[in-house]
Parts: sequence; C-alpha cells; structure tokens
Amino acid sequence: MTSTTNTAPRVAAPVAFVDVVKRFAGTTALDGISLALEPGELVALLGPSGCGKTTALRVLAGLERADEGHILIDGVDVIGTPTNKRDIGMVFQSYSLFPHLTSLQNVEFGLRMRGVATVDRRRRAAEALELVGLDHHGGRYAHQLSGGQQQRVALARALVTRPRVLLLDEPLSALDAKVRVQLREQIRGIQTELGITTVFVTHDQEEALAVADRVAVMRSGRIEQIGTPEELYARPESAFVADFVGLSNRVPGRVVDGIVVVGAQRLPLIDPSTPAGDVAALVRPEDVVFAAADDADARPAVVLATSFLGSLRRTRVRLDDGVELAVQHGVGRHPVPGEAVHVRLTGQPVAVARA
Amino acid sequence: MTGMPGAGTRAVTGTGIPTPGRLTRWGILGIIGLIFAVPIVAMVEFTLRRGLVGGYDFSRWITVLTFNLGPEYRVLGTAIGNSLVLAAATVVLMLVLLVPTMIVVQLKLPKLRRVLEFVCLLPISIPAIVLVVGLAPVYGVISRAAGSGVWTLALAYGILVLPFAYRAVQSNLDAIDVTTLTEAARSLGASWPVVIARVLLPNLRSGLLAGAFISVAVVLGEFTIASLLNRQNLQTALVIVQKDDPFIAVIVTLLSLLVAVALLLVIGAIGRGTTRRTS
Amino acid sequence: MATVDPRDSAPRGSTRTAGLISSPVWGVVPFALYVLLFLALPTGIALGTGFVDGDGAFTLDNAAALADPFVISGFTTSIMLSAVTAIIGAVLGALVCYALIGMRSEGALRSGIDAVSGVLAQFGGVMLAFAFVATIGIQGFITVLLRDQFGIDIFADGVWLYESPGLVLPYIYFQVPLMIIIFMPALEALKPQWAEASATLGGTTATFWWRIGFPVLAPSFLGSLLLLFANAFSSYATAAALTSQGQSIVPLQIRAALTSETLLGRENLAGALALGMIVVMAIVMSLYALLQRRASRWQR
Repeated sequence: MTSTTNTAPRVAAPVAFVDVVKRFAGTTALDGISLALEPGELVALLGPSGCGKTTALRVLAGLERADEGHILIDGVDVIGTPTNKRDIGMVFQSYSLFPHLTSLQNVEFGLRMRGVATVDRRRRAAEALELVGLDHHGGRYAHQLSGGQQQRVALARALVTRPRVLLLDEPLSALDAKVRVQLREQIRGIQTELGITTVFVTHDQEEALAVADRVAVMRSGRIEQIGTPEELYARPESAFVADFVGLSNRVPGRVVDGIVVVGAQRLPLIDPSTPAGDVAALVRPEDVVFAAADDADARPAVVLATSFLGSLRRTRVRLDDGVELAVQHGVGRHPVPGEAVHVRLTGQPVAVARA
Repeated sequence: MTGMPGAGTRAVTGTGIPTPGRLTRWGILGIIGLIFAVPIVAMVEFTLRRGLVGGYDFSRWITVLTFNLGPEYRVLGTAIGNSLVLAAATVVLMLVLLVPTMIVVQLKLPKLRRVLEFVCLLPISIPAIVLVVGLAPVYGVISRAAGSGVWTLALAYGILVLPFAYRAVQSNLDAIDVTTLTEAARSLGASWPVVIARVLLPNLRSGLLAGAFISVAVVLGEFTIASLLNRQNLQTALVIVQKDDPFIAVIVTLLSLLVAVALLLVIGAIGRGTTRRTS
Repeated sequence: MATVDPRDSAPRGSTRTAGLISSPVWGVVPFALYVLLFLALPTGIALGTGFVDGDGAFTLDNAAALADPFVISGFTTSIMLSAVTAIIGAVLGALVCYALIGMRSEGALRSGIDAVSGVLAQFGGVMLAFAFVATIGIQGFITVLLRDQFGIDIFADGVWLYESPGLVLPYIYFQVPLMIIIFMPALEALKPQWAEASATLGGTTATFWWRIGFPVLAPSFLGSLLLLFANAFSSYATAAALTSQGQSIVPLQIRAALTSETLLGRENLAGALALGMIVVMAIVMSLYALLQRRASRWQR
C-alpha cells in the first residue's frame, strides 16, 4: 500500500452533531445527541441493536432527515443539504457494489459524477484500488469477489473522491472472523495515512476498541459515554458501559464512604460519589487472580470449568457463598473442574451497579 | 422521508430506491386502471340491457342467480359440473403424483432437482395447441380403454398445471428446509409415514393450497384441449351458449371473474399467514 | 426401536436389500411415467406426424409446406401480433410496476393489484373474447358510445375485431397483468444500498435510474418481454372464440388442419405447423433462460 498525494483529502474536516433528534413512527431513535469529531479523528459508535448508532450515521449522511438539531461538516450546517451534495464517502454493510459494473468502474463512479475527465478518472480509480491492495482486480465484477474484497472495493470507491468525511456502517459485520480482523487493521491503516475524519459504526466492542481514537457508547438514542478505548475499558462510568465493553464479573458488595466492600477486601470506586448501599461490583476477569491459601484477601473456591483461549485461560470458579467468578490467567496454570483453589481481587477501581 | 438527491418532490422510502412522485404514481395507476376497467364496465352494461326495448334492468341477472334458466341451458349446467369434476381430479392428480415426487427428490435425489425443475417448467414452452396435436391419438387409445368420460381430460390438465403447481409447492419446500425437519424427526424415532403425515404435510399447507387454487383456476379457464378433443367443459359450453344467448355467457364470465379474484385474494392471505409463522 | 440412520436410503425403514430394489428412484417412477405418456409422447407425436404422410410413410412434404405462402403468412402474423403485444404489454406493465414502488406489499392496493393481475393473466381466452365483443364489438359499449356521442364509426372500413388486428387489444389485456406479475420481483430486487451508494457518490435520482437502475433491470425486462412474446404466440382460445373460421395465425391454422382431413392438399399439416411453433418457442425460451441467468447473477 503506497501513499499517494492524489488520494489525500483536501482538508480533514471537523464534524459535529448538535442536539440531533430523530423520531420514527412511535419511537425516538436519536434523543438529542451531541458529538464533536476533530479533523482526522476516527470515532466509533458502539452499542447494541436499536441504540441509534446506524441512525446517527445515516442522518449524518443525509439518508435520513433529522427532526431537530444540526449536523455540521466543516462548520457548515448540512441539515438541508441532500446526500449527493454533502461530499461524503460511505461504506455499507453489504451489497453496495453496483453489480453490472467492474470494480474499476465502481470506483470510477463518484469521479464520473463529478465530471472528472476519463484519463484522470481511470488513473485515480486505479490508484485507489492499489491503495486497498486490489489493483489486479479492476476487471472483476462483484459476484466474482469475496466478501472482504467487495468491502475493499467499496472503500476504494468511497475514498477516491477525497471526501471530507468517511462513514462506515458496520463494514465488517457480514464477514468471516479472520477477514474481519485483517480488514479492520487495513482500514485503520488507510484512515490514519490519509488523515480523513471517520465515523465507524459497530456492535462489536472488540472492533471498536481496536480501531478507534475515541469510542462513543450509545444506548436508546443517547451517548452513554465517550472516551478513548482505554478510558472506556478502565473507567466505565455506568454499569451498562462496564458490561458492554469487555467482560465483567458481578460480585455483591456494599458501598461505604466512597469505597466498596467486597468480601474482606476494600476496593476503590471509579466514581467515589456513588451513594452508599448494597451494590454489585463489576470486576474484570483479569482483576481476579489465584492466590495462596494463607493470603489475607484470599477466598476459597471450587473450579467449575476452564477455557483455553490461545494466549490466555479463562476459568470459572464458585466461591463458598455461591457467587461465580471468571478468572483470567496465563496458560501456565491448568485448573481442573472440581479442584479447590483460592482467589482474590487485585484491587483495581471498579464500577458498580444497583444490586 | 426526504433527504435523497436531486428532485425536491421525489420522496424516498426509508430504504433507498427513489419512489415515483405522487402525481406520477397515481397518474399511471389511474389511467391504466381506467383502461382495464372499461371492458368490465362494458360487460356489466351489456348484461343489463333490455334488448330491443332499450334501457336497462336486472332481469337477466335475476334469471341466472335464481337458476331460472330453461332446459336449453342444461348444457351449461352439465359443463360446469364437468369443469368442477376436472378441477378436483386435476388437484388430486397433483397431490398424489407431483407432491410425493417433489418430496422424494428433495430428500433423497437432490441431483434430480434440476431435471425435475426443467420437466415441470417445460409445459410453458410447449403451447397447448401443439400438445393437443399429439394428444388426439393418445386420447383415441384412452377412449377405447376407459371410455370417453370427461374426467380423462384431467390427465392432460395435470401437465398444463405442472409449472404453476410445481412453483407453488417448491417455494414452500425451500422455505421450510425439508431435510433438517426430516432428519430431526427421524432421529427422534419417527417412521416415514409419520414424517410425511405429521411433519412435512402440515408445513406444506400453504404451498399445497396455493398450488391447488392455481390449478383450479387454470382448469376452469381451459379451452384449447377440451375443444379440440371434443369434450364439454365450462369454456366450450360458453362458446355454444354465447351463440344463442350472449347475455348469459357474459354474466357467467363476470361471475367467474369475481370468484377467481376472491380465490386469489384468499391464496394471498394464506401465503402471508404462513410466512409470518415460519419467520 | 433400533437407532435410525436418517440417511437411510430406503423409504419406510426397510432393511438395506439390493440397492436397486429399494432405491428411492422408484419414488419418481410413477411421475416419470405420467410425464412420458402425457407430455413427451404427445409432443413427440405432434412433431413426428409432421414427417409422416397420410399412409404413414416418412415424407418431407409436410415440412416443405412450411414454405407455403399461406403458412408463412400465418407465422408472420403470429410473430408480429406477439411482438407488438409483447412490447406494448412490457412497457405498460413496467410503468405500473414503477408506479407501485415503495407501496407496502401487504397493503390493500398491492394485494388487490396482485390478485386482479393474477386472474387477468390467466383469464380464460374465451371469456376475454366475450369481454371485448361487449366493449368494441358491433354493439359494444365503446362502439355505441363513440357512434352516438362522437359520431365516430370505428368499423367504417370493415369489422376488424374479428381479424388479427382485432386480437391486439384483447391480448394486451392479459399481457400487461402478466408483465406486472413477472417483472415486479425484478424491481423489488433492486437493492436500496445501490441507490444510497449512488447518492453518497454524488448521483441524482436521474443518474441512479440511468446508470444503475435501467442497466441492472435490462436483462429482467428483456426476459419478461420474451416471456410475453411466448405467451401471445402460444395463445389459442381468444382467437378461436372470436373467429370461428379464421386462419390468420398459426394456432388457428392448426385448428383448421386438425378439423379438416387435408389442408393445403396435405394431411398431417398440423404436425408440421406444430414443429414450426416448437422451433420458435425453443429459440425464445433459450434466450429467456440465458437472460435469466444474467439477471440472477446480479441479484445475488
């Protein structure tokens, strides 16, 4: 993949949602969301089905019309601008390549709409295909390409016109697991190289954390939390985010004076202002470790089952009070179902949910 | 929902393909609808005429609907009976011959699927008028063997309805994944008769019904083979009746149209009911 | 009960005896016999009699009759009639399908149009003839209307309803509904992503239809056109009901050949005419199959 100045965007544009509301018959898909993207930044919209992430993207694209609020691209409100005048590039989940055109002709399409001369058009389209590594597939039709290849052509097609914003609507969801990982790295690489402001919609939290500069977790038409992947993972601000991003154990405990008491251990809270009371503390599996029997914080437990995940193991244990925990550990230890062990928490700050 | 490119009046469905503007849509449907309504209106008007006296009344309709027709119309009564018998016989033929074959092919002989499809769709390419040239000698033999009762026509009609019955049943078969259902039933201990009767047939109801209705419609409207093999069915009788009393012929035509539309609306409703259940 | 192997090839759970005897192939034999007797055999006979003279000897005489001007005119009229009504039916039908885009397929209008189209497409040819006699026959509704209200006598130059031009209007009456039935799925197969992608790339509604919609629909449209042609070409009942003695199109010529001992001085002319019809149908349906394959490739 070579970087060419011809496919560099003119100027990376800032993008903003300002109090955008979108209603469909009976439901509110977007409940006044506001989000600002820096030029060149990749923000992932993450959430379960129905949370509004795709609607937000489509409103940005102009495929749906917002009921209230503003969409700013490069400082200009484009709410009233039709899709074809917004100068965006979009990659859909599937089936978006025109079936009667070759890959090259597909990629040329946007240039043709802009009246680019034939020679230039061919050249730029060929360069775009080269950027995604499909320069020898220009003559192939969509039905002759694999799913991953089709999405790469779709990406080339979206980028060749040097749009101000790139929109990706779950581009990898329809692909096989292995292809998904390869392609997301390629997309991220190209996006960084070109420096194009990008919105990436996905329901796969691993994907979001892997590619994004910032992630916005959405739920029921609102943004629950926005932050870098590290922030979201280590300091989830709500039980929903803690649960949705990464795995969480739920351990009963009690909040007292800004800390939470779990078993014999006292853990710091991510949000010290949490009111006192009974809660379920959300503990990451990697924050639960096997301990020696004589460790002060250790609790006895019984191994239920264990899974080998290649570079690590996840073992499920049951404490003496019935609470089940997932323990993430190295592959050096191979627990056996029924084995008696001891576990303790590492003491990382936790989020809590109502008990 | 607006927001799509270009023309301001063009609304776009939430799903993308640009829909026609309101004026275009209703203009086209209105004009073509009007054109197609004319013959129906003409037929109704025709049946209401009072003949030489001029003016309109319902007298002919009343005669028909109260079965007050004279003995000279007996041929029509017999013919309708014939057509109904033929329709029933054809449907039975399809159920007994076509459906088991389709199930066997789907389950056991998947390689024959293409062949079966080709054979069943072949009658579309072979006009009835061509078929009847070769059916005449065949029916000569049949008449000697089984008499020249009108029910023997059902054997030829089975071929005519093959494409329609096949398509209706096959789309149902495709939708219910016969293989998996059968394997599940067999692994739970069901014998073959049980599998067919209790697992497959109940799930094929909509396809079978649709196929049956379409077959009935085709049989009731069939003229070519009946006429050239010198048998009496609804359509051939109508031609005869029309020469003496065109009004009755047109009234029967209108009634058939009504029944057929009702039939198809019912099929449509059944089809929708099933897809909701299986999804 | 012993464990049952679902891949047991014998129906009714019988033991695995000689593979041939219990092979499922027997399940299709009755159907195969039926098709052989009532489809293959009659077709073969129909084509075969074209090569046999009155005494049963092989002859190319009947086939040669296909070059007779009478027969040629029959085929020409048939083909012209089929082509004209196919084109008109295809265009009007496609327009109706376009007008129906975006309407809920469960809605009253769509269901109604589906049912009515289904009926009219299969409408017995005889009843169609009656309908048109009632409309533009000598005492037909429109004829009388035009004569009394506008002073126009459409039959001033002779009654054309009972000759081949008179078949155009009735044929269109079943061609358009047939087109609606077979073309609507093609329109519905247009993926919304194509329109949306076209928009994001800067295209207007017009460019979408011109560059994407029409090209993608072309194979289906042409295929449907061919199907309409085949439908009109094979049609017999309407013409038979309207013209008791006519012989202007091939199906009517076959009728004449079947009901009279000799036609054109030849027996078994019906077989030769049938052969001619099969040849035309074979060409049309092969082209149709080819187009269908192209269309389905793009609809995947």
